[in-house]
Amino acid sequence: MTAAMRPNMSACPACSAAPAAEDLASRAAQKDARLALSLPTIHCAACIAAVERRLAAEPGVISARVNLTLKRATIEASPEVTAEQLVQVLDTIGYEAYELDAGTLSATATDRAGRELLMRLAVAGFASMNVMLLSVAVWAGAADATRDMFHWISAAITLPTVLFSGQPFYRSAWSVLKHGHLNMDVPITLAIVLAVATSLWETSLSGEHAYFDAALTLTFFLLAGRYLDHRTRAIARSAAEELAALEVPRAFVLQDGVEREVPTAELKVGDIILVRPGGRMPVDGEIIEGTSELDRSLLTGESLPVFAEVGQGVSAGEVNLTGPLHIRALAVGEDTSLHRMADLVAIAESGRSKYTSLADAAAKLYAPGVHILSALAFLGWLAYSGDMRVALNIAAAVLIITCPCALGLAVPAVTTAASGRLFRAGMLIKHSTALERMAQVDTVVFDKTGTLTEGTPELTNLADIPADMLSLAAAMAAGSSHPLSRAIALACKQAGVVPEQLSEVTEVPGYGTKALWQGQELRLGRASWLGAKTGSQTSAWLKLGDAAPVAFTFADSLRTGAEQAVKALQASGKMVCLISGDTTDAVEAMAARLGIDNWMAEALPGDKSARIQTMAAEGCKVLMVGDGLNDTAALTAAHVSISPASALDAARVASDIVLLGGDLSPIPAAIETSVSAVKRIKENFRIATLYNIIAVPLAVAGLATPLIAALAMSTSSITVSLNAMRLRG
Amino acid sequence: MNILTYLIPISLVLGGFGLLFFVFTLRTNQYDDPEGDAQRILSDEWDDKPKP
Repeated sequence: MTAAMRPNMSACPACSAAPAAEDLASRAAQKDARLALSLPTIHCAACIAAVERRLAAEPGVISARVNLTLKRATIEASPEVTAEQLVQVLDTIGYEAYELDAGTLSATATDRAGRELLMRLAVAGFASMNVMLLSVAVWAGAADATRDMFHWISAAITLPTVLFSGQPFYRSAWSVLKHGHLNMDVPITLAIVLAVATSLWETSLSGEHAYFDAALTLTFFLLAGRYLDHRTRAIARSAAEELAALEVPRAFVLQDGVEREVPTAELKVGDIILVRPGGRMPVDGEIIEGTSELDRSLLTGESLPVFAEVGQGVSAGEVNLTGPLHIRALAVGEDTSLHRMADLVAIAESGRSKYTSLADAAAKLYAPGVHILSALAFLGWLAYSGDMRVALNIAAAVLIITCPCALGLAVPAVTTAASGRLFRAGMLIKHSTALERMAQVDTVVFDKTGTLTEGTPELTNLADIPADMLSLAAAMAAGSSHPLSRAIALACKQAGVVPEQLSEVTEVPGYGTKALWQGQELRLGRASWLGAKTGSQTSAWLKLGDAAPVAFTFADSLRTGAEQAVKALQASGKMVCLISGDTTDAVEAMAARLGIDNWMAEALPGDKSARIQTMAAEGCKVLMVGDGLNDTAALTAAHVSISPASALDAARVASDIVLLGGDLSPIPAAIETSVSAVKRIKENFRIATLYNIIAVPLAVAGLATPLIAALAMSTSSITVSLNAMRLRG
Repeated sequence: MNILTYLIPISLVLGGFGLLFFVFTLRTNQYDDPEGDAQRILSDEWDDKPKP
């Protein structure tokens, strides 16, 4: 993706003059900006100050700088400072933070394409202002030699500017013409070229009308639209890329008994990799040493940890929970099941029903229409007056007046405003037509584990457990990092349970924890280990001596905003469904808790996407919200899709919109925003058409002057932009 | 009309200065965080001079 984003280093003379310097600067940035954090919840000066102050107070941090536009902080720090440590520090003062890979970051930090566009925009702006000054003098009545001189000066300014600034249009027009198609850039290019050519001709014949100012303002307004468009997309794209870096960037390889840290990208098949509890599998492989439990929720949607022992296969993306594991890599990098899934998604993507954006639909109507109109005007006037010069002038005037300034701004101005608003609410629009597609949504499908739920369990039967057992459990759980233990510890702490004193607490990886209490053996762990009956619910058991084991049952804790999001969506008349790979009991309980009638459990990845395709075939426009690898196919199949920041790389790639924070509540508001954005876009089209309806007859009749063209062009562009601004807020 | 021989070059040169200045601001990364810069005005923590 990065490669596609890079502009072909081109004719911007300033840029190509100093590529070495820029290269140097970016390399320096790479060395300094060692850590980068995404901060989805910051929004004001107080946030900036609080975050920077707290980060700077941390020992080892040399400097910290927050970028509010991109919602991220770059931190320069000594090598011993880790990103996790800073994430925790920010968490204590109430800011969510996610680690970004500084390597990927520096690749996208200097947005060359954006700068190039901005430069062209500035040159066009400068030139159009100067030429406009001269043109005003001409319109005010400058005549004869003075007018000719003004026209010649205008030409001298216009020619190089149009050559430099208009390049994005010429290139795009040329590339579609080569393939025998038409896009918006073809009439734009034709209008600019024709305006400059006829004006030059007129000027050389001391004519009265020259459209130099029109050619330049046209370029300026259209470049403004282009830049807005680029900016919205570049921010989304770079952020999505950097989030991708959340995947395990480093792994520990064992070589001759020595542990060595290497980047995941350098792992080879056959390497012995150490995965500590809490770590994610970097590769597909086989366990050769250790027992543990694996959290596979991101891959399959199962909320229950799976027992893992020697000989068992593991897939990249699974999380190791209790004991350290040594795994032998069987597939690395592109060959891991994680990546193969992503490739499947890429295939599904290419088969996805193409959505024609409103802008494309307008261009399809518009581009041929304009060409035919101006060709007819040319032929008509040629037949009527027999004067090539008059006919050409009028054809140029028609092209200039109909030129899609307002159309070119109509969509980007709105999407910029809407994306900005959603970005502030914590959503990132990755796909250019996602906003328009989201406006049509009438059905919302949620995944359960990791999407509606945090993916972390919560103790549900605290009240049923005897108090003495609770204090024993609290003591046992305190020392373990297993998610169920942590849930017990948290619940006990909140209930004010005082832990007992235990001795010889040892963790038995893959099974549980055991300890001694007053001479009796105490064990906390999975059912099979303690001789208890396995239930359908997620549970852990506590057994004291030979007494019957006591059950601790768990449910997934709801993600913040999940309840509000579901309520608000239902209130706005959307059908809400729950499709999960988890067990029927767990899914049913969750559906009942959230008031969702429509649910499906134990769904395989294929079932999920099949179900969504059926819905689509029935005419539903489905919004899929999911985070796991098992959701990727469904995310791709859906009309539009959202995934949380905590989702797996593949899921984020497959989805159109990424939630930056952990909160689901912006989703209903986002749908509303998208609906009003589409409304504004359509209004803008109507405004632009209205101006054309008034101005085109004048142009065809040969009554248009450069003044009328300039007025029509500027007023329509400004109205359209102002209309788009109403979306901000 | 002789005045034009001065005025037109002057207007072009002044405009050109503006353009050059813009190029300078572009080169020194001043458009990387427009929103943050707008908010920082309201911050109580200011520096006496720019950070090195």
